[in-house]
Amino acid sequence: MVYGKWFAMKLIRLCTLLLALSIVSFCLISLSPIDPVQAYIGADAMRVSPEQRQEIAAYWGLDDPPVMRYLHWASAILRGDMGTSMLYRTPVADVIGERFLHSAALMAVAWLASGVIGLALGIVAAAHKGRWPDRLITWYCYTIASTPAFWIGLVLLVVFAVWLGWFPVGLAVPAGVLAAEVTLLDRIHHLILPALTLAMVSIAPIALHTREKLLAVLSSDHVLYARARGEKGYALIMRHGLRNILLPAITLQFTSFSELFGGAVLTEQVFSYPGLGQATVAAGLGGDVPLLMGIVLCSALFVFTGNLIADALYKLVDPRMRKGGDG
Amino acid sequence: MVPLLEVRNLQITFTRYTGGLRQHQIKVVDGVDLSVAAGEITAIIGASGSGKSLLAHAILGLLPGNAAMSGKIMYRGEELDARRQEALRGREIAYIPQAVTYLDPTMRVGRQVRLAAGGDRREAADKQRRAFRRYRLGEHVEKLYPFELSGGMARRVLVAAASVSDARLIIADEPTPGLPQAEVREALLQLRELADSGCGVLLITHDIQAALGVADRVVVFYAGSSVETAHAQDFSGDGHLLRHPYSRALWRALPENGFEVLPGAQPQPSDRLEGCLFAPRCAMATAACSKERPEMRHVRGGMVRCYHAT
Repeated sequence: MVYGKWFAMKLIRLCTLLLALSIVSFCLISLSPIDPVQAYIGADAMRVSPEQRQEIAAYWGLDDPPVMRYLHWASAILRGDMGTSMLYRTPVADVIGERFLHSAALMAVAWLASGVIGLALGIVAAAHKGRWPDRLITWYCYTIASTPAFWIGLVLLVVFAVWLGWFPVGLAVPAGVLAAEVTLLDRIHHLILPALTLAMVSIAPIALHTREKLLAVLSSDHVLYARARGEKGYALIMRHGLRNILLPAITLQFTSFSELFGGAVLTEQVFSYPGLGQATVAAGLGGDVPLLMGIVLCSALFVFTGNLIADALYKLVDPRMRKGGDG
Repeated sequence: MVPLLEVRNLQITFTRYTGGLRQHQIKVVDGVDLSVAAGEITAIIGASGSGKSLLAHAILGLLPGNAAMSGKIMYRGEELDARRQEALRGREIAYIPQAVTYLDPTMRVGRQVRLAAGGDRREAADKQRRAFRRYRLGEHVEKLYPFELSGGMARRVLVAAASVSDARLIIADEPTPGLPQAEVREALLQLRELADSGCGVLLITHDIQAALGVADRVVVFYAGSSVETAHAQDFSGDGHLLRHPYSRALWRALPENGFEVLPGAQPQPSDRLEGCLFAPRCAMATAACSKERPEMRHVRGGMVRCYHAT
């Protein structure tokens, strides 16, 4: 009963969020200096007459005032039609669906790796506060945190793809191979470098956050009391630290969906990885309004789902929330 | 007979960084002498901020990393160093903290008491159940989380946790704050029971009357140092049996003893007094008092840190 009401509230919040987001994005796109017709015809500009441009604009409905165009788009969305991508000339839903599969694989690997490794590194650092494991880990985290994702991607690309030749330099599948002949191994082979880049970047904040939280827990009264009862070492940390830091760690892990998506945009661009991130860049630069709007909505849904899961798990893990106490 | 616990000239200094990299030393506990005998309750009384809790943490070896300790802590005649502290914590030396916040908020209280019991699972569970029955905690309580306990229940859980560990020395740090009078009495009687069964109990409190009801010996704290060790009976009448002027002032400040409040406040560690810490507020103070800190000396079966005590 409590859960049902809570979930209904979340749904209402999602609807208002998507509505507000779509209006703001639409306004931003309308104000963008990129002319979709110009972006569409690109290099053929010399061979396209003003009349033809007029026709293209009319075909896409660019002559209507922005409010009309928004209402037109919004009513189509409500009927489940996300429109057709101008760039790819296929339904937006199909483009997003296909792209999302690639991105999902990339993000899932990076997400799991960063969550597990970040948590482990944070625990080790906190347990050895001030000694060399802690210094090494915090050094790594601060270095990575102050390095842009695309630069790490480029370095990995230079070292592992160009110099060592262990991995391909880009794409999600080998070039010049029939789709039917692409093996799972090929896909994994292409996934490793981008996933590694994304994971390396995501580990740092999680490790630092875990370390901070764990240090706070370790200096709390209840850990002092646990030590007074004779508990010590990693057993103490696992018993009294982990559960207490798991709550914020889980929230952080799921709320990091937004950063994950942001990191994926840069990483996919570097590795020419045909994911949703790369499509976002293409749609933005190409003035592909339906695709961009579709991606904005889907990524908002994605991030919102992350937050929703975090909230739900919070209720499950913390007995104070589960039993409905006031904490 | 060798006392169970003996503390000699204990000092605790904290290092803090002030304004960038300038280190700053603050001596928070400055000269503590006391002893606890088996079968007895030694109560430590004094205003808050007089370093009582730090003393408890020092005995358990749980001072924070930026604290340095000097002086001697002897347990059963041998020095209690870090290694022994780690070996004895939770076994021979038990700690009763002051509030429910010392229980892990995410763990059921039964399990936390079983962790204090140690040993194998079945044995620990057995000990925990017996302790819960002894302290009137229903069977359902072991399944509760700390936030679901009432103040009195939480206190009984903490006493139960100390009783399951076969401790010889029990350090109770303010075990009765904010409890109704009946609960306070019960808590102190439980400590008395533990002492009568052979434990030494160090009871840290600022509730003088409550402490006097059960304690054998009373140590008075002032500004991080122990100024007197008295028998509980010395606190009677107008306090003429007491040795230190601060002890007498404390006794006379109680409502039923005249409510005479001593003007002034306890000095801060940063004041860095050379002589007796109490001299600035003392009616008996002479020039010698503010020159050099008096040593603890034996007077009439107790101990006192005062040049003028007789």
